[in-house]
This record gives sequence, C-alpha cells and structure tokens, in this order.
Amino acid sequence: MPVDPLAPDVAPVAPTASSRRLASVPAQPGVAKPDPILVVDGVTRTFGGLKAVDVAHLEVARGLITSVIGPNGAGKTTLFNLLTGFDTADSGTWTLDGVALHGKHPHSVARAGMVRTFQLTKALSKMTVIDNLLLGAANQKGEGMISALLPFLWRDQEREVVERADKLLDRFRLGHMRNEYAGTLSGGQRKLLEMARALMVEPRVILLDEPMAGVNPALVQSLLGHVTALRDEGMTVIFIEHDMDVVMGISDWVVCLAQGAVIAEGLPQAVGSDPKVIDAYLGSHAADDFGGTP
Amino acid sequence: MIDVLLKVFADSARAAIGVQAAAYALAAIGLNVHFGFTGLINFGHIAFLAVGAYTTAIVVDLGFSLWLAIPAGLLGAVILGMLLGIPTLRLRADYLAITTIAVGEIIRVMVRSSAMEGLTGGVFGLQGFADEFFDVNPFSRGNYGVWDITFNERSMWVMTVGWALVVLTALLVHALMRAPFGRVLKAIREDEDAARALGKNVFAFKIRSLCLGGAIGALAGILLAFEAQAVVPDRYLPQTTFFIWTAMILGGTGSIKGPIAGAIIFWFVVASTEGLLRAGITHGWIPDWLLSSQEVAAVRFMLVGAILMALMVWRPQGLFGKREEVLIGAR
Repeated sequence: MPVDPLAPDVAPVAPTASSRRLASVPAQPGVAKPDPILVVDGVTRTFGGLKAVDVAHLEVARGLITSVIGPNGAGKTTLFNLLTGFDTADSGTWTLDGVALHGKHPHSVARAGMVRTFQLTKALSKMTVIDNLLLGAANQKGEGMISALLPFLWRDQEREVVERADKLLDRFRLGHMRNEYAGTLSGGQRKLLEMARALMVEPRVILLDEPMAGVNPALVQSLLGHVTALRDEGMTVIFIEHDMDVVMGISDWVVCLAQGAVIAEGLPQAVGSDPKVIDAYLGSHAADDFGGTP
Repeated sequence: MIDVLLKVFADSARAAIGVQAAAYALAAIGLNVHFGFTGLINFGHIAFLAVGAYTTAIVVDLGFSLWLAIPAGLLGAVILGMLLGIPTLRLRADYLAITTIAVGEIIRVMVRSSAMEGLTGGVFGLQGFADEFFDVNPFSRGNYGVWDITFNERSMWVMTVGWALVVLTALLVHALMRAPFGRVLKAIREDEDAARALGKNVFAFKIRSLCLGGAIGALAGILLAFEAQAVVPDRYLPQTTFFIWTAMILGGTGSIKGPIAGAIIFWFVVASTEGLLRAGITHGWIPDWLLSSQEVAAVRFMLVGAILMALMVWRPQGLFGKREEVLIGAR
C-alpha cells in the first residue's frame, strides 16, 4: 500500500482510565453505558420521503471522546442540528444529565451546557478575534440593555472574561491574531477560533462538526491535541469526522450512522472491522481506510 | 456670479445645520442601530417617525401635557417595534424588509383615513400641539446667526434641542455598542446562528434593537412635527425612509459619527444642487430646452444619486466607516 505522505501520523492513544470504563461494554447499537451524560431516545427527522435521522437509542459516556462516523448523507450533521435545537425533530426525546433538552431553542441548549461548532465555520468576520471569544462567555451582566449603560456593574466580570479569553487564545496559538478581524484568519485558524469560542461558554458537552475538514495536516495534529486535552480536563466531546486515521487514533468510542440509523457502535477497532460499517462505506476504498482486508 | 454662488452656499449651509438635518441625523442614528449594528433591514423607518409624532400630537389633543405626550410618543414607537418584530424576526431577514415597507405605508394610510379623522385629523392632520414647547423657548424674538446663515428664534430653539438630542443619542448608542450588549448585536449582524450556538437569545436582542432604534426614530419624528407645529400624513411618504438610508450610508454604517455627518452632507448636497440648478435657470446659464424650473426637484435627486454612486465606488465604507470591514465583506 503506498504511503500517503500527507496522512497525519496519529499514534493510537493509550487507553486512559476513563476509556477503559467502556472496555466491557458490548459493541452493539443502542447499548447502555455506565454513567451516560447524553441519552437519546427515538429521535426521527424526515425530509419529504427521506428518513434523515432515525436513532432508536443512543447513550454518550461522560468525559470521553465519542466519534460519529458514517458515509455522506448518513444524517450525522442533521442529528447534531436536532440535538442542539437548530432543527426540529419529528419525534423523540433526549436528556443532558437527566435534563430534557428536546423542543428547546438553540440558545437554551447552549446554556444547559451543550455547545456545538459548525461544519462550515461561522467566524464573525467583522469582529476582532478577541471579541469573537468574549462573546462566548455566559451570563454576562453587560448584555442587558440597561446594565450595559452602567459599566461599574460589569467591568470586573469583563476583566475576568478577557483574561480567560486570552488564555484560550494562547492555548490555541491565536494570541498573535488577537486584535485582527476574524475575517482575515485562514480556514484552519477559523476552526481553532470556533473551538476556542465554544469553550468560552464552559460547556459540559461539546459537539464538533468535522473540526478537521479543510485543515492542513500539521494543524490537524495540534487540533487533535486540543481535543484530547479537553477530554482529559473532563469534558465530553462528540465529533463528526470522515478521516478514519483520526477517528481510530483519538476516539474512546465510535458510533456509525447509515441512512439515519445507528448501525454499529463500539471501541474504535471493533467498529473499524465491523462488516456492516465496511459495507456502509463500500465504494470509498473501505479496505484501505480501515487498514484491513475486505 | 460670485454673489449668486455665495447665496447658494449660504442656503445650503442653512439646510445642513437646520432642523431637517438634525432630525435626519437622529433618524439615521436609529436606523444605524437596526442595520449598522444588528443587520436588521428596515425599509419602513418612516413608520417610527410617524408613530412618534402622531402619538405625541394625539395625546396633547386629548388634553394631556406635552411633557407626558413625548414619552407616550416614544412608547408608541416601542410598541410598533414589538408588533413588527414578534411575527417577523424569527424569519429570515428579507421577511422583515418586506414587512417594514408595508408597515410604513399602512401607518400613513391609516392616519389619513376618514375612519380615524376624529383622532388623527385625517388628511388635514393635527396642528398647534407644541405650544408648551415654544413657551419655554429661551431665545427672544429676532434672527440669530452669522452672515447669510440666520434662523429665527423658533428654528433656533428646535435646532438647539435637536442637535442636543443628536449628541445625547449618539453618546447613548456609543455606550451601548462598546458594552457586551453591543457585542451581541454585532454578532447577530455577522451570523445569528453563531450567536445562538453560544447561548444568546437572538430574538430578544433583535426586538430590543428594533425598539431602541425605533424610539430614536420617533424622536426625529417628534422634532420635525415641533418645527412644523403640525402632523400631516403626507409628510410621511416612503421615500423619506430612503433619504434616511442615504444619509446613513453616506456617513458609514456601523459608525457613531457616520449618520450625523451623513445627514449634514445629505442636506447640503440636496440644497446646493437645487440652488445651483435654480440659479442657473434664472440667470440663463442653463438653456430652457435642457431644463425648466419645474424639473429641478426631480433632477436634483438624480444628482444626489450620482454623487452617492460615486461615493460607493471610491469610498464604499462611507465617510466614517471602516475600510477593512468592507474589504472583509467583499471576500
């Protein structure tokens, strides 16, 4: 097999204490997990005659990285949209730490502690990089129309928020772009900005929609580092990704969608060799991608 | 010939600092809150001016004090903002744009209808409701000003109050926009889904923006009504909305000084093009077959349009806008 010089060289992560928790969980769709943070039940969404999402039951384990994979059109982004309130489900319920989130507006979902990023980045172009981050902070007193006119009410909070934002900018290597317009950032930097901005909300669960798409391989490495660091800090990460090397490298658990339904889930190696998953991907060099023989 | 040009200049300068310019500056500051900072496309700003002026006049007409009627006028604009925003702000931006065009006309047609004549005076409108305002005029009878640029005591009083309001509202908007509140509005302007994803209640912020900008527009309407001591429905034609847009874009959207400078320049250009054309016709510099005096009013707006187009080519960000922002938008 020819070696792709651009492929990121992702060393498999040694199982951490937390990911070992899932070692004994059987690899079957809809399986129950110890200490789930997000529980999804019977979520469906149809577009005309097409059933875009049809997830019977799905649990996401707390404090781990769960990847959602699946061929194009499998309903991954639609599922994200439904869970975060950007689209309305035809039926179904889901809870975050026992709190029901179905039927909630996007901003309520974010305030409840589940924040998403977008596949096509939404950098606020005509705002500076630092302003993009400051926006993310929750419960800002200066966001009221009256209190905005009374700076003594929010000046201290603003100082803390700026401090936190600067730390995140440094962590994501965007410190040198602090006062530039976000519209001047490169595609990869925008992905970093969006992730940093989402972290300003201090979420418990972060949903990343293809954070590595269109990012150069060197930057992929540092993005992956950030994602695992988030997990190690106790955050639950759910992300959609196409690159199998990346998925196998950093995921604690993998969920595969096809035609809207969960067809397989399990530890990365188990899902990678699952014939149903390979079938779903057939036509896209399944064998190469999974590193096995068909 | 020099005398004629100086006279035209004096008239234009009068227009540029007069009550009309102050009112347009206020209206443009309000529109700038909508469009420049929040990205709301409001093509019916005149409705806010009309509601502010009419509510004030009607409340006085019902026997209340003018000092109570002015807050009532502002409240009227806030209510209009909510009525307008609640059904449309959850939809895409173009729905708001279309609805506002209609609302601007609905308000005008409504107040001039015979059904509402008892309240609004129908086509004749309401007169003489601002006596209390002129009772406290500190300027004694006479003309004030320098050279040919003079105003009578009534205009001086309305102008003084008008420009003071312009400065105060500009400071208010400045304070709001550099606070976290303004940061959320700008984020909504850039991408409202991004703001939503970060936990901001976009709808509530848009309503507030619509009401705030509308109330500032109402102040402009009240000021114009004071100057004329009258509210007449046909002063609230839809083109006024677009003159306010012109002033805002001339000055630069999303800037604090922009709408003020834009209103001053707009009135200077309108008055000077008209003055030059009229002078040209009366002195025979412009031949009859080319332009008659009846056509001046139309031609001057063609010239204003040409000047605006030239500005957009050479200075797309307006006078006080930020060039970098326009360049980012063009990508």
